[in-house]
Amino acid sequence: MPNITLSRTPLIVALLLLALFPLVGSTFYLQLGAKILIMAIFALSLDLLVGHTGMVSLGHAAYFGLAAYVLALISPKYEAANLWLTLPAAMGAAAVAALIIGALVVRTGGVYFIMVTLAFAQMIYAVFHDTKIAGGSDGIYITVRPELNIAGFKPLNLENPAEFYYLALLLLAFVFWFLSRLLHSPFGRALAGIRINEQRMRSIGYPVFAYKLAAFAVAGGLAGLAGYLAACQFGFVNPDILAWHQSGIVLMMVILGGMGRLHGAVLGAFVYITLQEIFSTPAVLGDYAKHWQLAMGALIVVIVLAFPHGIGGLIDIALRRYSYRHPGRIWRDAK
Amino acid sequence: MNGLNGLNMFYLIQLLNAVQYGLLLFLLSSGLTLIFGIMGVINLAHGSFYMVGAYLAYWLAKMTGSLWLALPLSLLIAFAIGLLLETTIFSRLYKRDHLYQVLLTFGLILIFEELRSILFGNDVHGVAVPELLNFSIPLTDTLSYPVYRLFVTFICLTIAGFMYFVIHRTRTGMRIRAGNSNREMAASLGVNMPLLFALVFASGVALAAFAGAIAAPISSVFPGMGNHILIICFVVVVIGGIGSINGALIASLAVGLADTLGKVIAAEYSAIAVYLVMAIILVWRPQGIANRA
Repeated sequence: MPNITLSRTPLIVALLLLALFPLVGSTFYLQLGAKILIMAIFALSLDLLVGHTGMVSLGHAAYFGLAAYVLALISPKYEAANLWLTLPAAMGAAAVAALIIGALVVRTGGVYFIMVTLAFAQMIYAVFHDTKIAGGSDGIYITVRPELNIAGFKPLNLENPAEFYYLALLLLAFVFWFLSRLLHSPFGRALAGIRINEQRMRSIGYPVFAYKLAAFAVAGGLAGLAGYLAACQFGFVNPDILAWHQSGIVLMMVILGGMGRLHGAVLGAFVYITLQEIFSTPAVLGDYAKHWQLAMGALIVVIVLAFPHGIGGLIDIALRRYSYRHPGRIWRDAK
Repeated sequence: MNGLNGLNMFYLIQLLNAVQYGLLLFLLSSGLTLIFGIMGVINLAHGSFYMVGAYLAYWLAKMTGSLWLALPLSLLIAFAIGLLLETTIFSRLYKRDHLYQVLLTFGLILIFEELRSILFGNDVHGVAVPELLNFSIPLTDTLSYPVYRLFVTFICLTIAGFMYFVIHRTRTGMRIRAGNSNREMAASLGVNMPLLFALVFASGVALAAFAGAIAAPISSVFPGMGNHILIICFVVVVIGGIGSINGALIASLAVGLADTLGKVIAAEYSAIAVYLVMAIILVWRPQGIANRA
């Protein structure tokens, strides 16, 4: 079952390959790559809830979109915003929103939790869609990307696709490292305990509500990081960014890659976005490309019925066979 | 006509609208809550069945030239679609985790929406109100109330009454109640659960589709119409309590009222009003108003 951690070697190889990609990729592929990295951060944040704590949230796009809106609203109109100020503000707003909504939704469980997270996300959607805040249903533009400014020195120019890609990669690596540390900490082990047997954790004396709420807020903040980057990349935010389709898609990424595995969330984001790109390219599917959601929907149905553990599950089987012969090379035991 | 009377009439109209909307929500949410209660399945595609019903009514009304034929036909077709989906897909989901139910039904939504787009395009289509009901009752010099809306209210009330009768006064209803309170116990006492599941699921689909069909002349048919109403139905089910038909009825009317009054008082914030009601209920009674803890 879940909670298998890859050993360092394959992770470092993957990171190196990703870091070398800008040397060969054209602008189009760099932008696509950055999009995948951003969605991977988003999927990782949701996996903390779904795969590691056992909380199926169907409203995770709310925190993603909220952070995007925060950036759009506090960016100056014609000059670059400061990343050091706007990123913590956006993530903080997402985490606080997750804390407030979490205080209500974490009281429920099972089916209720799914419905209530969805409903509150839809409430935030309604706020941005129905009122005049940030352009209402028309959305709002971010004309200039934020800049990374360390006392006058600018290590990365985010307007450049390759340098933006590196920022996304850096942050993905950081989130991956952070979550793997978090999951191996006593806090993370308690979350795993809650996933496996919540009643028992409560009877041992763990404050289960507080743990779940903390996980919900951390996941919200990290989703906010992804949303901030997405807003940077597209320069445009409208209510669709926090609509429930987005929540469904990120959940799909988590399952596709195999939940409860950090590398699974990254893999899921990669496979989903690549497939979406293939299905929606007229060169591949001709006239049916504009109906790409049909293929996506059918794929989801097939995955759920036939491959419930996702691609991560299939890879695990293959890798496990390999590591029987070469102990310690691929897997590191989760303690 | 004096101003005060006009104002009263205005609120009477809003109240009638609220009841009509609330009862329509009840048709949808009663099926949803029973499918949860009996089969333990969370069905995101329930809103899609509402859309399917509306488009069936639009298409059949155009083909046959009469909404009177289109309404029962769409009910029957939706029941058949429900049976087909239950036997091919949903019956595989009963024992699965909610997570997979959410995902699979999310996939179904994408499929239904795209099929709708391929078959009918992305335009908004109107459905004509039948001649017989196409007039309004004048209330004051300037205000009047369309009879078709009263007809919808009447039909919904009839269906709600019929459901009450079936669930509380027939043998099938007794089995449904038994399955709702304890699935395994009902099965071990000899209730044919697979048959009951298929029946309840198909009825839920038919009710949702019928709600879409009967509302089509009022709301017209448009892309994404099922998704908005689905989330409102979730709110209804959360407020009423899962598996509770009575809770669903009370919650439907409450949500209908909150939504309609919200639109009158502060149009921009009306959608939020509904969710605030839900938040209050969650703090007060997380298990829903009609369920015991």
